[in-house]
Amino acid sequence: MTRFILGNIGRFVLLMVAVAVLTFTLVSLSPVDPVQANVGQAALLGMSEEKRAALEAYWGVGTPMHERFFSWAADFLHGDWGTSLRYNMPVADVVASRALNSLALMGVAWLVSGVLGFALGVAAALRQGSLLDRFVKGYCFVLAASPTFWVGLLLLMVFSVWLGWFPLGFSVPVGKSAADVTFLDALHHMALPAITLSLVGVANIALHTREKAIDVMGSPYFRFARARGLTTGQAMARHGLRNLALPALTLQFSQIAEIFGGSVLVEEVFSYPGLGQAAVTAGLGGDVALLAAIALVSAALVFAGNLTANLLYGLVDPRMRRSRGGGER
Amino acid sequence: MEEKKLAASQGQSNTAPHEHVDHGAQPVHHHHSHAQDSRHAHGHHLLTVEDLTVSFRMYDEGEPYFRAAQRDVEVLHGLSISVHEGEMVAVVGASGSGKTLLADAVLGLFEPNAIVRGRIWFDGEPMTAATLAAERGRGIALVPQSVASLDPLMRVGRQVEGEPQGRGAVRRADAARRRERRRQLFARYGLDESVAQLYPHELSGGMARRVLLCCALMGAPKLIVADEPTPGLDLDLAVRALADLRAFADEGGGVMLITHDIELALSVADRVAVFRDGTVVEETAVANFAAPELLAHPFSRQLWHALPEHDFSAGSSSVGAGGYSDSLRQSLLGETAHWAVSVAAELARSEHPPATTAPPDLKGGDFPC
Repeated sequence: MTRFILGNIGRFVLLMVAVAVLTFTLVSLSPVDPVQANVGQAALLGMSEEKRAALEAYWGVGTPMHERFFSWAADFLHGDWGTSLRYNMPVADVVASRALNSLALMGVAWLVSGVLGFALGVAAALRQGSLLDRFVKGYCFVLAASPTFWVGLLLLMVFSVWLGWFPLGFSVPVGKSAADVTFLDALHHMALPAITLSLVGVANIALHTREKAIDVMGSPYFRFARARGLTTGQAMARHGLRNLALPALTLQFSQIAEIFGGSVLVEEVFSYPGLGQAAVTAGLGGDVALLAAIALVSAALVFAGNLTANLLYGLVDPRMRRSRGGGER
Repeated sequence: MEEKKLAASQGQSNTAPHEHVDHGAQPVHHHHSHAQDSRHAHGHHLLTVEDLTVSFRMYDEGEPYFRAAQRDVEVLHGLSISVHEGEMVAVVGASGSGKTLLADAVLGLFEPNAIVRGRIWFDGEPMTAATLAAERGRGIALVPQSVASLDPLMRVGRQVEGEPQGRGAVRRADAARRRERRRQLFARYGLDESVAQLYPHELSGGMARRVLLCCALMGAPKLIVADEPTPGLDLDLAVRALADLRAFADEGGGVMLITHDIELALSVADRVAVFRDGTVVEETAVANFAAPELLAHPFSRQLWHALPEHDFSAGSSSVGAGGYSDSLRQSLLGETAHWAVSVAAELARSEHPPATTAPPDLKGGDFPC
């Protein structure tokens, strides 16, 4: 057990270091000139030499990468995440406010795609070859092959522009003071991005679940359950679902990374002020501190997801439980 | 008799008038001969299968993907077999030669792409796919091969007890009745009450075997279909497994033992149905395996010669003393290990002429698959 915990801590630290180094390296190697990117082409041309030098010093243009990295890492370990040069605010504040929006959006999409995908997958497997199965398969193939941002644009066109059911973007109504924003407003603004993410996520989960369910239905224990008088549906409810739970959990928690990736695009399309959008801004503006913080937070989130899947596995599967406990065999 | 009348009412009468046949006296009827103690309780067999044909509709594998036409591949053809009350009939054939399909058919378990034709009577009643499905786990029970037939994530006790029926108080009463029945069965077969709390992977080979038998006996069946219950067990356990099945038959039940092991079959069964190329070539009393002259079909005689205590004359004598291995027997049975291969061979041949009158479609249109 101690070994399990220490192993996971070690892996977590390694992951964090790797992500931080990678982020810094990539930003340093990128041809983006932070001063130009943040001040603008025209302003840059009309700027005095001294002003430009001051700005370059402010953005740390001349400082070698490793120096910047170590000073950032030392501060980070002390709890100082630095200041976002782009937003002119402490990075921690930017991340916190953005993460709230993003987590709500991703949480909804994650739950909806997981539950709906699982249900559709099982239903399709139970009626293999039927109209329902064909519809589910067709839907999944089309959506799995569609880029998330394109689906988002399509929904935006249909439901916001033509039908006017949903707002065009942002997380709150434009021109309304923060104090007047209701929960319903926030929900209304979140709906379309969340639907986009869910629609795309469902495809993956439903196809995987369908495949696994067909495997389970061909297994000896499923056949024996039917031979003992259960109908296919009863056997699925009694034996199928609990055996499907294991792969579904793994998939669901590894899906966090997918949803995260999708949310970056969706937030851009819907101008939704979440982590994904901030990451794009930080990347394009050479805002290393913010980008590194977002990368670390998202990596930690994905890591936590996979770890949860691992732990749940042990809870659900008695074979894992005994072998991890190191007890009798 | 009742059984024949039902058959006649369905419009088939391809054997001699059954009413005039004294079952006990007649050496051969319904394509089979009897053992000493084959009984016809209530004047009929416990199970009769006649002209069972199972084929699968599949795409031609030799053709390009889009042009591949569907065709039917016949795996069982014109198979007939009977089980009397109080009797154990061993269906003996090579591994993977399609014997399990016979078990599936008797249990009414058909793949969606299977085409099943034939006539099946159970306890005097003509069966359809729906009535066979209704008997599953009740009148007819399966004893599967291995612990893989148990749900790995459910405790053994709950699995043996099965799903309680009904709602509310009825359901609780049924659950209690099942628990009691399971306790009795566990006690009878020497399984400790603590076994109920184990998961399948924690069972020993002997425990798993008895648990599977208890599963089958939960519904107090009249007929047990045992599909290869002995492979993977050492000889001692295998003998005990068969002894338990024997005891079930001696108490008045019927057992259809599907096996590739003719020695074990001969040691415990009343009659043997020799299975080859998707059909039963001879169904005869175990006593007739005393001498090759008593066996009617040349393949049965080959099988007799392949037995270790006999002369090996049909087999390759170079194999030596240990030659009664499965592999030799399988080579003697002339079967390949995979049924798909025998299907291909079957296509190449066409020595099975189509029946003059096609037997009825067992699955019917509304079989819930």
